[in-house]
Amino acid sequence: MEIIMSILAGVLFMGGTYLVLSKNMIRIIIGTSIISHGAHVLLLTMAGLKTGAPPLLGLDASTYTDPLPQALILTAIVISFGVTSFFLVLGYRTYKVTGTDNTERMRGTDSYD
Amino acid sequence: MTNLMIWPILIPLLTGVVLLLAPKRVLFQRVLSSIAGVALIVLNIFILLSIHQDGILTLELGGWNPPFGIVLVGDMLAALLITATSIVSLPILLFSIYTIGKEREQFYFYAFYQFLITGVIGAFLTGDLFNLFVFFEVMLISSYILIVHGGTKKQLRESFKYVLVNVISSAFFVVGVAYLYAVTGTLNIAHLSERINSLDSPAPILTVIAVLFLIVFGLKGALFPLYFWLPASYTAPPFAIAAIFGALLTKVGIYSIFRTYSMIFTHDIGFTHQLLSILAALTMVIGIIGAIAHQDVKKILVYNVIVAVGFVLFGVSTMTEAGFIGAIYYVLHDMVIKGALFLLIGAMVIVAGTSHLKEMGGLIKHHPRMGWMFFTATMALVGVPPLSGFVGKLMLIQGGIEAGQYGIIAVMMVTSLLILYSMIRIFLKGFYGQIKLLKADQYGSSKGLLLPCAFLITVSALMGLGAESLYPFVESAAKTLLNPEIYIDAVLKE
Repeated sequence: MEIIMSILAGVLFMGGTYLVLSKNMIRIIIGTSIISHGAHVLLLTMAGLKTGAPPLLGLDASTYTDPLPQALILTAIVISFGVTSFFLVLGYRTYKVTGTDNTERMRGTDSYD
Repeated sequence: MTNLMIWPILIPLLTGVVLLLAPKRVLFQRVLSSIAGVALIVLNIFILLSIHQDGILTLELGGWNPPFGIVLVGDMLAALLITATSIVSLPILLFSIYTIGKEREQFYFYAFYQFLITGVIGAFLTGDLFNLFVFFEVMLISSYILIVHGGTKKQLRESFKYVLVNVISSAFFVVGVAYLYAVTGTLNIAHLSERINSLDSPAPILTVIAVLFLIVFGLKGALFPLYFWLPASYTAPPFAIAAIFGALLTKVGIYSIFRTYSMIFTHDIGFTHQLLSILAALTMVIGIIGAIAHQDVKKILVYNVIVAVGFVLFGVSTMTEAGFIGAIYYVLHDMVIKGALFLLIGAMVIVAGTSHLKEMGGLIKHHPRMGWMFFTATMALVGVPPLSGFVGKLMLIQGGIEAGQYGIIAVMMVTSLLILYSMIRIFLKGFYGQIKLLKADQYGSSKGLLLPCAFLITVSALMGLGAESLYPFVESAAKTLLNPEIYIDAVLKE
């Protein structure tokens, strides 16, 4: 199971990287979102997946799932959700002001750049 | 009593929340932010003195014992840095009151300024690696908003790149945390330090993780191959915002490298610290090339931020007490003096109406005080005694000699001279030389702009003159970093 999840994380990173390398703004934003998902899947996988018991319920439990990665991933997901929504708004506003969603054409026209 | 450690985070956080409620009352916003700034300085100095007296202060959040819960740790390094943060952030706030403009003031500028400080101080105080990530995000999200605040075309364009770079590096941070947790089973910095340093033969994967963290923090701190986003982003927003970014944001990245590379990843110094020293040297070289090449005063200054990153990280890479003391002195000095220089350059561009050297000249005729303050700040930056840069550089060189890094010391000395060249060029061309402005523009007002700069330059001079009395603080910070047992004992209470 861990192997499959690791491969999945790798695939997510691969897809995300491909999207980030494109020139279209919306693809870049979706790419960062997918990369974050890859990181989250990796975080969950790294602590070991299935131990056949819920997270710690008492001191005398013989087996339990480690609750810490779940707490971490929850925090990370919330942060990545907030940042992605901000990034989308930023992308939209940039498109409105610069008139293009192509990063190539966003190059500066300011003097002395 | 130990609740003391939460207050440096709570003061800016609560102030920010209150400011969110009354966005249109500009006067109220200004006054409350300033009061919070003063309160923060007083509190942080009090914390600094208590730590000096009683040793490391810790606070276990939620009453969970470390390593299970998150713990805030105030060791000497953190205390010095939060004190410097609060001392730098107040004058920049005063400067922004004069320059930021009514539209920005009415749209939550002060609130996000406070949240930025919350993130920075939290990152310095936390004793947990994942909590560091959270405070990084608090700081970054505020910085995303501040950098794009106002929404001019240039700001939008640069913030898109800035956000992209930082989102990717945050993803890498999570990956690094995942690997580290899988290998060591803990994320508490003290616990990590204890576990990794007690290994007889550390697995090579730890070195991979160390380099991964170097990439993450190097991206935030603008280390050599990862600095490319910085020059354009820091020149886009207004000066007050650029000043707080230049003074604080890269320092958080530097601090994180400092903390992890002195306390956690010390298992393979031959590789990781050698890599760090080479990257530091390259950072100095690249930074100074940029500073000399540009004619735009903002760009010259921004590239000087990159040079300073190289200096501090070189001190970290030496792993000697002198090198650490030098790095801490230099980072404190750099926070103050970069703040002062950004504000002075801001004032200069405001009175000159242009940021290009070829178009300004002779400013000293009508703005003599600004000119000489700029000169003093430049001398401090270069490290002329008795100003603040001198002690840091001296100790950095001493640490470098102890570590046998003669080549990098040579690079550092040449770079220092070139810093002088790059900055004095601004003084000679901008303040001296032919008057290039039209007659009507010559009397541009610098009202209110110089007071914050004067405050910061005074602090810099005091840091230089009082280096002797600052020394015990810095020395104890360096000792804690070199002997992580002190930190581990204080946190885990064994």
